[in-house]
Amino acid sequence: MKDFAELIKTLDSTNKTTLKVAALTDYFNKANAKDKVWTIAILSHRRPPRPVNTTLLREWASELANIPLWLFEESYHIVGDLAETIALVVATTASTTEKTLTAYLEEMIALKKKSDEDKKNYLLSNWKVLDYYERFVFTKLITGGFRIGVSQKLMTRALSKATEIDEDILAYKLMGNWDPNTITFQELILEENESDYLSKPYPFYLAYAMAGNVSELGNINNWSAEHKWDGIRSQVILRNDDIFVWSRGEELVTDKYPEFESFVGAIPNGTVLDGEILPFPKGEIGTFNDLQTRIGRKTVSKALLAKVPVILKAYDLLEWQGTDIRQLPFMERRKLLKKLYEKSVVSATLNHQQKKGSETERSQSTLPFHLSETMHFDSWIDVAQERARSREMRSEGLMLKRKDSPYLVGRKKGDWWKWKVDPLTIDAVLTYAMRGHGRRSNLFTDYTFALWTENEAGEKELVTFAKAYSGLTDAEFKKVDAWIKKNTLERFGPVRSVTPHHVFEIAFEGIAFSKRHKSGVATRFPRILRWRQDKTIHEANSLEDLKALIPE
Amino acid sequence: MKKPLLEFTDKGIYCAAAKVYLDPWKPVDKAIISHGHADHSRWGHKQYITHHRNVPIISHRLGAIQVTGKEWGETFSINNVKFSLHPAGHIIGSSQIRVEHMGEIWVFTGDYKTENDGISTPYESVSCHTFITECTFGLPAFSWTPQKEILNNINQWWAQNRDEKSTSVLFAYSLGKAQRLLKYLDTDIGKIYTHGAIEKMTAVLRPLVDFPETTLITRDTKKSELLGNIVLAPPNAHGSPWIKKMVPYVTASASGWMAFRGARRRRAIDKGFVLSDHCDWDGLLSSIEATGAEKIICTHGYTDIFSRYLREQGYDARTEQTQYGEEENEVAAEKAAESLS
Repeated sequence: MKDFAELIKTLDSTNKTTLKVAALTDYFNKANAKDKVWTIAILSHRRPPRPVNTTLLREWASELANIPLWLFEESYHIVGDLAETIALVVATTASTTEKTLTAYLEEMIALKKKSDEDKKNYLLSNWKVLDYYERFVFTKLITGGFRIGVSQKLMTRALSKATEIDEDILAYKLMGNWDPNTITFQELILEENESDYLSKPYPFYLAYAMAGNVSELGNINNWSAEHKWDGIRSQVILRNDDIFVWSRGEELVTDKYPEFESFVGAIPNGTVLDGEILPFPKGEIGTFNDLQTRIGRKTVSKALLAKVPVILKAYDLLEWQGTDIRQLPFMERRKLLKKLYEKSVVSATLNHQQKKGSETERSQSTLPFHLSETMHFDSWIDVAQERARSREMRSEGLMLKRKDSPYLVGRKKGDWWKWKVDPLTIDAVLTYAMRGHGRRSNLFTDYTFALWTENEAGEKELVTFAKAYSGLTDAEFKKVDAWIKKNTLERFGPVRSVTPHHVFEIAFEGIAFSKRHKSGVATRFPRILRWRQDKTIHEANSLEDLKALIPE
Repeated sequence: MKKPLLEFTDKGIYCAAAKVYLDPWKPVDKAIISHGHADHSRWGHKQYITHHRNVPIISHRLGAIQVTGKEWGETFSINNVKFSLHPAGHIIGSSQIRVEHMGEIWVFTGDYKTENDGISTPYESVSCHTFITECTFGLPAFSWTPQKEILNNINQWWAQNRDEKSTSVLFAYSLGKAQRLLKYLDTDIGKIYTHGAIEKMTAVLRPLVDFPETTLITRDTKKSELLGNIVLAPPNAHGSPWIKKMVPYVTASASGWMAFRGARRRRAIDKGFVLSDHCDWDGLLSSIEATGAEKIICTHGYTDIFSRYLREQGYDARTEQTQYGEEENEVAAEKAAESLS
C-alpha cells in the first residue's frame, strides 16, 4: 500500500506526462505481481464494488473528526472529492501500515458482506493508522472513481515500457471482462491465451475533429462520407452463440439493450460490428434525450422497451468469420458488412414469419440492425451541402473516412475525421452560480442560464433553460467569480442567485422538447461560447427563440 | 440601544467614539492599520497609525504618507478611547488592534497565525469581550504541518531539482511568504534569485531581519547561471514571459490553498507545499477560546460556515461583510509599488 500511495502521490503532483509514465513504469518494475494486477484494474476503472455506501462514510468520518455532519458536508462541497475530504478532516498520524495493496483490496471485497458495525470498525481503525496520502488512497479505493489524470492509454504506455510488450496488444489484453481478484499478472499480461478472448472487443478507432479546411484532405475520390450518429458508440460481438455489447467506455452493456438478443442466430458467429446504438421510437431516429431514458437503467421495463426501442446503426465490420479483418481497406470491410446486413435481415424476417405466421407483431419482425449508409461525392462543396442537412437527418454532422483506411487503435490522425455541424447558439442571462468541483473548488464556475418568457400576467420574466460550466478562460472565470461574490442575491446551500446582469452566448449540439425541464426544452452539451459584455440582459434571447430552433 | 464600539460601515470598521477606522477600504481621515497587505492598508487616508515595524512596509507601498509608528502594547488614547497594538504573527509588523472604551474591550485580528514563523513577532492572545476574527481557512479540512517539516521538504525539492539540472521556481507573495521562505532556504544547495517585487520588499525588511543573500534577476542574468538555483517569484509571474528565462524549470507554490489537490492543478503548478500565514481550523478555535470573548465577528474567509459552527459551540457569532481577503489586491499592490519606486 505504501508503494501504491507513493505512486498516486507522484502522479498527483505533476502535470507532465513524461514524469507520470516514468513513475508508473518504475512502479510496474518494482511492485509484486498481484499488486500490479490490482493497480492495472484500478487505473482502468475496474474497482471492486463499493463495500460501504457514502452516507455511512460521511457519518463515520465526521464522527471520527469530531465535527457535526453538516460541517463535513460543507467541507466536502468545497473540497469537491469525498475521499480527499475524509483524508483532510481526520487527524493525521504517522503511518504504521505494512499491508500490501492486494491485502487491502481483498479486505474491502470481504467487507461488503459484513455488518455495519464491522464496517465502521474497519474504516475507523484504518483511518487512524494511515498517513494523509495513504488515507486518501484507501478511502478512494472504497469510494471508487480514481480520477487522477492517468488515462488508460498512459498506463498502457508505462506497462508496455515495463514489460516490452507492444502497446496495442496490451490495450487489447486489458479490454473486456476480467476479474482482478482471480486473474494473475501472468494470465492477464504475459500469457498468450486465446480462450479468454470470447467477450473481448477490439480497441475502438476514434477520429479527431476537422480543424482546417476540408478540401485539404485532397482528392475527394479517396474519401467516403457518412452521417455521424448521436447515440452510444458500441461494438457488438457474436461468438459461440452468444452476444456481447460493449460501449466505448469499455463497459459491457449487453443487458441494457435486450433487443440485440435477436442478433444471435441471425448474424453468424465470429462477427464483430462497430456502430452506434440509437433510439428508434415510432420507427424513426429519436433524440439523445430519448436515449437518456435507457442509459441509466440496468433492467428495462416492457413499457420502456416499447416506448423507446433501440437499433444498431452499423458502420464497420472488425471481425468476419472469426478472422480479425481490421487491416482490410475500409471499402472492403463495408462490402462485407453490406452483404452480411442484407443476408441477416432477410433471413431474420423469414424466420420470424415462419414462427409467428401472423401480422400482429409485424413492426418488430425485422432485426434492430441498420446500416449507416456510405456516400460518395464528386466535390467537397457537395460534401459541405450534405453536412448542412445533418440536423434534418438527425445526425451530428459527417464522418469522413479514407476509402483504403485500416481500422486503427485509439485516436489517430489522418484516415478518419469527424466534421460536426456548427453548434446552435443563443444569448442567455446568468441567474445562478455554484462553486466548481475539484480543481475549481474555490471559484463559482458552474452557472445556470435563463431566457426571457412572458408569464400569465403578460410580464417578462427569466426562465432557467441550461447549466454550463465550461467555455471561459481561467481569467474570465476569475472575473465572473469576483462579480458573483459581490452580487449575490440569495444563498441556497451551495447555490447563489445573482442579479441578472451578464449575458453569455451558449452553444449546444442538439435540442428537443422535454417534460423534465422547467423550460420545456432540453439542450445537449450546453457550454459557454463567449461572454457577451456588449449586451444588456434585455438583448438576451427568449424561450420562444430557443423553441424555434427545435427541428420539426 | 447603545451604539456598538466598532461598526461595519461601507468605508471600513469604524469606531464612532474615536472617529477612527480600522483597516478601512475607502479613504478616511484617520486609520489604524493592522498590517501591510494591500487589502488592509489602502491608499488615500490622511493619517495612518500602525506598528513601527509596518511603517517601512506601507511607506514603500504607498509612498509619501503621514504615518505614526507604535510599540507592541503601547496604549494611545483618541477621544478617551484606548487603543493598543498586539502581535498577530501573520507577517512582519502585523498587529491585532485592541480597542477599549468604558470597560468594554474589542480586538480586531486583521490576519493572524498561531505558529511562530521566526520572522514575525509571535501571536499573543489578548483577552476581550468581542473578537473580530478572520477565518480564511475556517474549515476542518485545514490542518497545518509544523513549518520545520514543510521547509525541509522545500529544501529537499530544491536539491532534487538541482541534481536533475533544473531551476526551481517557487511562487510566494512578495510581502510575507517570500521572506518566510527566504529565511529558511538552504544556501548550501545553491544561490537564491529573486523577482523585482520580492527583491525590493525584502530590501525594505533587511534592517529588521537577517536574511540570506539574494540576487535580483535582470535583463543581463544568464540562463546558464540560474540552472540548479532557486528563484523566488510572486504568483502573477507564473505564465508570464519573464519566467521563460528559467527554462528548464520546475514550479512550486507555498500556500495554505495547496492543501487541496485541485488548487495545485488549477494553477498548473508542479508541486504544492502547504504553508500558510493564516490560522488553521484548530488555530482559529484555540485562539478564540483563549480570548475569553463571548461575541465573535467573522470578517473574511469561510465566514458563514465558521460562524454557524461557533454558534453551535455556544458563542454569539456572526458574519460581517468586508473587503478583506482578495488576492487580486496583492497583485495590484505589487504593481503600484513598482510604479512608485
